[in-house]
Amino acid sequence: MTAAITAITMPKWGLTMTEGKVVQWLRPAGAAFAAGDELLEIETSKITNVVEAEAAGTLLRVVAAEGSTLPIGGLLAVIGPADASVAEIETFVAGFVVAESAGEAAEAAEAPAPRMLDVAGIRLRYLELGSGDAASVLLLHGFGADLNSWMFTQPALAEGRRVLALDLPGHGGSSRDVGNGDAEALGQAVEGFLTVLDAGPVHLVGHSMGGAIAASLAARRPDLVRTLTLIAPAGLGPEINTAFIDGFVRASRRKDAVEVLQMLVHDPSVVSRAMVEDVLRFKRLDGVAAALDTIARAWFAGGRQTLDLTAEMAALAMPVQVIWGCDDRIIPVAHADNLAPAVQVHVLEAAGHLPHMEKAGEVNRLIRRFIDT
Amino acid sequence: MTVKTIRQALHEALEQEMRRDPRVVVIGEDVSGGAGTGGGRDAAGGVLGVTKGLIKEFGEARVIDTPITESAIMGAAAGAAVTGLRPVAELMFSDFLGVCFDQIFNQAAKFRYMFGGKARTPLVIRTMIGAGRSAAAQHSQSPYHIFTSVPGLKVVVPSNAYDAKGLLIQAIRDDDPVVFCEHKLMYDLKTEVPDEAYVIPFGEANVVRDGDDVTVVALARMVHYAAEAAETLAAEGIECEIIDPRTTSPLDEDTILESVERTGRLVVVDEATPRCGMATDIAALVADRAFQFLKAPVRRVTAPHTPVPFAPSLEKLYIPDPERIAAAVRAVYGYGR
Repeated sequence: MTAAITAITMPKWGLTMTEGKVVQWLRPAGAAFAAGDELLEIETSKITNVVEAEAAGTLLRVVAAEGSTLPIGGLLAVIGPADASVAEIETFVAGFVVAESAGEAAEAAEAPAPRMLDVAGIRLRYLELGSGDAASVLLLHGFGADLNSWMFTQPALAEGRRVLALDLPGHGGSSRDVGNGDAEALGQAVEGFLTVLDAGPVHLVGHSMGGAIAASLAARRPDLVRTLTLIAPAGLGPEINTAFIDGFVRASRRKDAVEVLQMLVHDPSVVSRAMVEDVLRFKRLDGVAAALDTIARAWFAGGRQTLDLTAEMAALAMPVQVIWGCDDRIIPVAHADNLAPAVQVHVLEAAGHLPHMEKAGEVNRLIRRFIDT
Repeated sequence: MTVKTIRQALHEALEQEMRRDPRVVVIGEDVSGGAGTGGGRDAAGGVLGVTKGLIKEFGEARVIDTPITESAIMGAAAGAAVTGLRPVAELMFSDFLGVCFDQIFNQAAKFRYMFGGKARTPLVIRTMIGAGRSAAAQHSQSPYHIFTSVPGLKVVVPSNAYDAKGLLIQAIRDDDPVVFCEHKLMYDLKTEVPDEAYVIPFGEANVVRDGDDVTVVALARMVHYAAEAAETLAAEGIECEIIDPRTTSPLDEDTILESVERTGRLVVVDEATPRCGMATDIAALVADRAFQFLKAPVRRVTAPHTPVPFAPSLEKLYIPDPERIAAAVRAVYGYGR
């Protein structure tokens, strides 16, 4: 139960978000809610997502009306104990507005930007959020994606710990040099990254191809990995949606890209025009098509996954959890059946291959609970 | 990724392609110092600075100042293209097309066809279009529709720095003659542009703004005016979908038709003259292929059928502005309601 009156503010999802629009309040003013309840839906130029309650409380006052657009950090609502007086709420709102305009300049100045790191001659781009004494988290995206994949995850995990999101070679802002593109080549870059940063053992979180890289790194260098969270990972079975892989590598026009990207999600409306444009802009860069093609042929030759990590997975000593969307059309959720009983498996409803985007709140809770123990 | 002007983006495209491929050469009036002017090497760098600095890196053999003779520039460039170079020739003002049109229209455009595919003409013609600087009737026209009407030519009309760099690199890598139109008022327009090389395919329109009420197709500078009009109209409850074709040849017909299928209403904005222009071309396409979806006549917002005035007050009336665009959108939106 929240003891004090606090604010719900416009979150910052991803590097480029500067403002968001309140689409719909999912609880009315005065309603009580529990931790994890959906409170409101926010639309940005890139994507629409739901804000969930961090803890139980009452929605004391809705400040931002439906349809209004606010900058990040803007006051959306006031929450707190049900018995808070009107005077207390008014004081809070007045105090918040003042603090907002003073803090705006400071916040804008410290908005984090990605940085580059040289790892054995390969330049890697990464984004660092948060700080603290707890073990750091390293997030590894999947094939064709980049660190922006974690736009809903990274801020949520960054309370009291350092959270790193890395662009794998061939992706995002990292070097297009992928060597022969296989798990070993890409894994070496990740290992080098952790060594150069001297981050200590990390909580490793990997999605899809990034999940397979995470698992094989955990097997090879258990000293670097405190816990392992795999989201719809590759490497647990032979099946792979080659129509997606081939289509993604080949897509150079918007129509082709939309069709391919919709295979990734449970709800096709998640694939916004901005998301498609981001993917196309990435794919048009010199060297990207060749890098993706090299990786695809190393990982998915002959229409099947070439990497089989079931033996390595069985031998892992650190805590391992696996999260999968039940409507995953890229890598079948049935691959989770091959895992040892010690591995915690969570299958999420109404989610496709991107549960960390479509069910961000639930995935964030599962990761936080897992790494906090 | 950094913020760049269209000028910088175009310069980067030229520089990166000239580094990548030694066959890429630049030829035109004043592209470096200005032949015979005594201005010294790189004194000019192009009439509005796009090619400045290239001669220092690539030398006289690859950055060629010419006399004032468009027919020779285009003839030489067409011949060079068909014999192994990849020239980027500058037609300083598109208004000068008259003095070199045969080289473009009958020669470069038709070599591939008339030689049965044995000749390819990887020529890029960079040229300035657009009114708004009191450059007067002979220096302010936008004749991309003339180039578009010629089979064998590809025609590119970018509206922003990101598109400009990707489209120019695509044009240089394309094995066919491409006329690349640069609006003379837009060289200082800025946006985020990747530092590395990239391409944007031809025939792929950009949907600048999503909307369900009226489709607005606009070119070059008119894309920005349409966006301004759309803001005003949104406050009135009218949501425009703005489409920037990026290339008029090939034209992304599908994107335009799919949009009209949804909205049923179309306004085309073009600062060129009204007869036989791109606005007419797109209106006819939609009337032919999307007639059953139209809920209102197609409106074209263009310049009047006159030469471009010199007097600023008259030039202002000549160029379509956001208010004229908004008025046309309101008219098609309200039609039949």
